Parts: sequence; C-alpha cells; structure tokens
Amino acid sequence: MNWEFSPDRPIYAQVLEQLAAAIVSGRYRPGERLPSVRELAEAAAVNPNTVQRAMAELEQCGLAVGYRTTGRFVTGDETVIRSMREQMASEKLKAFDRSMERLGVGYEEAKEMLSKWNEARK
Amino acid sequence: MTPILTCTGLSKRYGAKQALSGVNLTVPRGRIVGLLGPNGSGKTTLIKIAAGLLTPTEGELRVDGYLPGIETKRIVSYLPERTYLNDWMRVRDLLRYFSDFYADFRVDTARQMLSDLGIGDSMRLRTMSKGTKEKVQLILVMSRESELYLLDEPIGGVDPATRDYILRTIISHYSENATVIISTHLIADVEQVLDDVVFLKEGQIHTVSSVDELREEKGKSVDALFREVFRC
Repeated sequence: MNWEFSPDRPIYAQVLEQLAAAIVSGRYRPGERLPSVRELAEAAAVNPNTVQRAMAELEQCGLAVGYRTTGRFVTGDETVIRSMREQMASEKLKAFDRSMERLGVGYEEAKEMLSKWNEARK
Repeated sequence: MTPILTCTGLSKRYGAKQALSGVNLTVPRGRIVGLLGPNGSGKTTLIKIAAGLLTPTEGELRVDGYLPGIETKRIVSYLPERTYLNDWMRVRDLLRYFSDFYADFRVDTARQMLSDLGIGDSMRLRTMSKGTKEKVQLILVMSRESELYLLDEPIGGVDPATRDYILRTIISHYSENATVIISTHLIADVEQVLDDVVFLKEGQIHTVSSVDELREEKGKSVDALFREVFRC
C-alpha cells in the first residue's frame, strides 16, 4: 500500500480513510486478516498509537472485527462494506460537485465533460 | 502509575546563559514525544539532565520517580548528539561492550538488524559513512529493552532513505509501554511518528499538545505551526 499524508488533517483520520479505502476497494478481502498495528505502523512510518486509534474506529464503523487472541479481520458482512463504499464515494462526489459549482459548471455540462475526458484518457 | 518523566521548576544556567528556566513537564508512558525547538532552545540540555550527564541549577527532574542516577540509567537508553564510542571499535566490540554494560541489551535483535543492513561483525566505526555510523548507534540504543529512550537529533544530517530507516527502526523496536523522546528541529520529517509535541522556546515550554489535536485545532501541520511560532 502507498501511504500518503497531507499536512492539514489529523494523521489518524488519514490512516482510517486509507484503510477503509483498501477494504471497500477489495484490496483487503471480506474476512481477511488485517496486518497488526505494529506492522501497519512500520509500513506507513506512523506512530503505533495512531494506527491503533484508526483501527478502533474501523471496528466502530463495522468494517473490521477484532478478536482478543487472533487479531483483527475485515468484516465478513459484505452489505456493510458495500454501504460504506457508497457512502465514501458519495463524499467524493459532493466534493466534486462543490468544485464544479465554483467553476460555474452544471450537472449536464459536467457529465459531458466527464465522458469526453474518459474517452481522451483511453 | 508514576509518569516516566517529570520536570518541576527545572532550570539550568551556564554562567550568564540561561539554558532552561522554570520548566514544568510531565511525560506519560507509552508515547513517542517530539522535543522541538530551534538551535539553542534547551533541547539537548533537557535530555542531558534526564540522562544524568548534567545537574540542574534549580528545580528537579525525575525519571520513573527517581532523580537521575544508577536507578534511572538502568532504564534509560540514550542516544547522544555526538558519539562517545571509540572509532577504532569494530561492530563485534560494540556488541560486547553493550552486552557488558546493559543487562537489557538484546544482542540477537541488534545482530539481526545489523545483518539486514549488510554491516559485518568486523567493520570498524572509523571506516563507516556518516549515515551508517548513525544507523549502527541507533540500532545499539534501540536494542535495549528500556523504559525511556532519549534520542538527541537522531536524524540530523542523514539522507532521506536513512532517515526513513531510522524512523521505522524506532517505531518497530521500542518496547511496549516505553516512551521515546526525540529531539529535533526537522519537524516535517518526524511529525507522523509522534504522539505528542513539546515546543521549547528560549529555555521555556511554549506548547505541549498531541499532534492530532494540534492539527485538528489549527488545520495545519505541526511543522507549519512551528515555523509560525519561531519565525525570525
């Protein structure tokens, strides 16, 4: 995984976001065992307590399940993963919509631009 | 539980120069703490008092409830800013030296890390590059199973790859519930490994906060904030 952090937001929130993205994108499969806190901390070069906090929130929102003895796993409940995926995507869409609005680009025009852009990048 | 480090009205004067004045600070266990400040702000003085190398002019500093001394040196692992190791020593001499001095030295851990880096037993300190020397010393210090690690400028003057290696070594090798204090002025480089930051300004505490709280409150990195506080 390629960890990147922006300077303006808490690091635990960014770790949480990137772990959640790895789960909803299927990079970590449903039911798969997640790396330990230490392993993740070392890989991302961030503080273990920060990773611990992100993991706790990952459990809170139902994407991960922790067991005292065997570690943490991605939830096996795929409906939870799907609904989180939609929720995260809709956050991104909201941000996209705001930026387009600032440029005076409406929905229809944006749709057209998006498909043109998609053609061009192929 | 007793905090791992407490300072009460801690002051240090060198002749006319006031290096620390009236520092009150409590550092809990299980944290990685950045001791941040520009050159001459008192970082090294504070660390040296904690390591038992300097005595305060006024006030006191306690490690695990004890004044610095034999009791505390047993549980404190200290990486000085400048090396105290003799440069004729070979890696195997260093390993024996640390094993002799410290009951908590994990020689196998040290050996493993050194061999991962391709540093052989018979290499001498003198023939190593600056970066390699720094890595060897950090490996020795982090291979102790200590309760408090005091790292004075562990990433000063090394290249980015070495810096990453050093940070990863710190994260993966400090023992559980131990506290690591890292002094540096290169904040952007260490920011993401820190739990808490302590800003020192002209020998006094300016700010004590958790990194995430600072970012949440100010909406900017600790590095950016530091530049504001210490603008010349």
